[in-house]
Amino acid sequence: MNDESPLLTVDNLSVGFVTKGGIVQAATEISFEIRRGEVLAVVGESGSGKSVTALALMRLHPGNAITTGDVDFDGRDLLNMSDAEMRSVRGSDIAMIFQDPMTAMNPVFTVGSQIVETIRVHDSSVSKQDAWSKTVDLLQLVGVPEPKRRASQYPHEYSGGMRQRAMIAMAIANDPKLLIADEPTTALDVTVQAQVMEVLHEVQAQTGSAMMLITHDLGLVAGSADRVQVMYASRLMETGTINQIFYESQNPYTMALLESIPDVDGLKDRLEPIPGNPPSLLNPPSGCAFRPRCNYAQPICAVDKPVLVSVGVEHESRCLRAHELGADTEALV
Amino acid sequence: MTVDETFTSGVSLNLAPNEPILTVRDLVKEFPIRAGVFRRQVGAVQAVSGVHLDLYANETLGVVGESGCGKSTLGRSLLRLIEPTSGSVMFGEEDVTTASKSRLRELRRDLQMVFQDPYASLNPRLPIRDIVGEPMVIHGVSKKEARERVGELLKRVGLLPEHGNRYPHEFSGGQRQRIGIARSLALRPKVIVLDEPVSALDVSIQAQVLNLLDEIQEEYQLSFIFIAHDLSVVRHTSDRVAVMYLGRIAEVADKDTLYGRPAHPYTQSLLSAVPVADPKRERSRQRIILQGDVPSPANPPSGCRFHPRCPVAKDKCTTEVPELRVIGEGHQVSCHFPLEAGETLLQRVQQLGRTPVMSTVK
Repeated sequence: MNDESPLLTVDNLSVGFVTKGGIVQAATEISFEIRRGEVLAVVGESGSGKSVTALALMRLHPGNAITTGDVDFDGRDLLNMSDAEMRSVRGSDIAMIFQDPMTAMNPVFTVGSQIVETIRVHDSSVSKQDAWSKTVDLLQLVGVPEPKRRASQYPHEYSGGMRQRAMIAMAIANDPKLLIADEPTTALDVTVQAQVMEVLHEVQAQTGSAMMLITHDLGLVAGSADRVQVMYASRLMETGTINQIFYESQNPYTMALLESIPDVDGLKDRLEPIPGNPPSLLNPPSGCAFRPRCNYAQPICAVDKPVLVSVGVEHESRCLRAHELGADTEALV
Repeated sequence: MTVDETFTSGVSLNLAPNEPILTVRDLVKEFPIRAGVFRRQVGAVQAVSGVHLDLYANETLGVVGESGCGKSTLGRSLLRLIEPTSGSVMFGEEDVTTASKSRLRELRRDLQMVFQDPYASLNPRLPIRDIVGEPMVIHGVSKKEARERVGELLKRVGLLPEHGNRYPHEFSGGQRQRIGIARSLALRPKVIVLDEPVSALDVSIQAQVLNLLDEIQEEYQLSFIFIAHDLSVVRHTSDRVAVMYLGRIAEVADKDTLYGRPAHPYTQSLLSAVPVADPKRERSRQRIILQGDVPSPANPPSGCRFHPRCPVAKDKCTTEVPELRVIGEGHQVSCHFPLEAGETLLQRVQQLGRTPVMSTVK
């Protein structure tokens, strides 16, 4: 593969879950790319489908999930490879960092031995001693103090921030080409979050891996992403570069989301909430899923389902009025 | 007798213009650490350790801090949902901490609480009308009248009176938080302690609830203690803000002073750690990264509790506990060497000839 081709190409990915109440469509017709070395942020509220999409890439969904579509990772077909092949991809080519490092680690093994296992399971030619010294180096790299001693400790002996650093060390142990970080700092305090994001960026810059950063925090996105994908009710609503999304959004949901959050610099007097609630995925509204809460909705929005349309270079929006939005948006309400 | 008279706790509140409605002095809450067969006490966690606070009428006092700083324990101690170890909480001329059980029940007509988790704080077996009406029935309102008022309250918080017949599981998180707010309003209180009222909600719903709180505060002449970890939310809702660190107040000031000219090194580093949803501002920020984690409150550091993480700590900070002292109008800080107005933490670090750990994220 040459360096110009995307690292990951997702084409028409859909994930549904079979439940008693019917099929819950948790991700619908998702298509996107991740390029080598870039940080792609996936933003959305709970239930928007961002984690479901990431777990589908890793084939980590339970048996009642129906996944369709194509996922090409560096020339390999992730959704159709054997389980054994998939296991060799997970933790080596693609590694994942979860929100809650307490449940993501095994409490009965030391942190060091879990990282050693991650290394040796993918390359059995590495001796235990070598794997252990690499583990200590990795812990050092992510800023765990006294890494030699800490490697022999159990996860409960680590604080939340340290556990998340250890998770990052484990994730980068096999030089992955893609890191998927699913709300990596949501469980952490803000000063510790700053430390962990710093570590994440350092290792990402050093290893040159791409990162898919899944978060609900638009502040984190603003500080770290190259490109952004906004999800709502299982679909991609808008995708673009960081500046396009934050300053030139052409999607009513993205715009409303940015209006609704308070600002620590105190630049907003009154918050503009998004009225209503996110729709049920069992029984989504007709037409556009955001229509019942949208300031710009017109009768046609209840009938036609919008598709992603191009509104600029690398900039796409799912809205029937996408081309009208942007310039003089106020006048359209 | 009008409805409002029914709900007077009997505390005379003829407040002079600058007199606080709630005065907290030296409040301490210790949780015992027990060990061994006989559960002997071997130590204590000082969750709240000598807190002074004033709450004025019709204002919102924000209380911010990281997990384990004691902000929730403080909120619960004020209403004696947990018994404070020592100290006083004066409501008008009465001390809440020494009130008898029956008197406390009367006082709670005026002192109410809204909890963080809208799933755990509503009884799943009761219909909404009973959840919201229960405080009134306990305080002697007839069931019929309570039911009428429940309808009004539900309408006020943006739900429909018919919703009274439904059960909590039929509502979303944001709607449940509205129900919790309706319940807290039922007895026409004067003070409401809001403990992380929006942190369990999605961002698009947070703003709805924050705006609702703004409206009812004005309409019902309420004073709020707003406990939260999200500094952006606190800036948006509060008039004054208190920053807590390991059981103590680090700094108190009106919102513009606290966010504009923070004097405590902890406040400055906390503020600089908050990500801003604006790529240009976010990427041009100078951010000092605090090292280490918040220490355990079971074994707090000597002297200033922030000194092990403070990039500008001096010898004095390791031995002497800094008192909360006034450094400007309405501006109190507990730091031996507070930052001057306009002085940044980075400047102070460089002045001391130390190397700051800066964020390199760009």
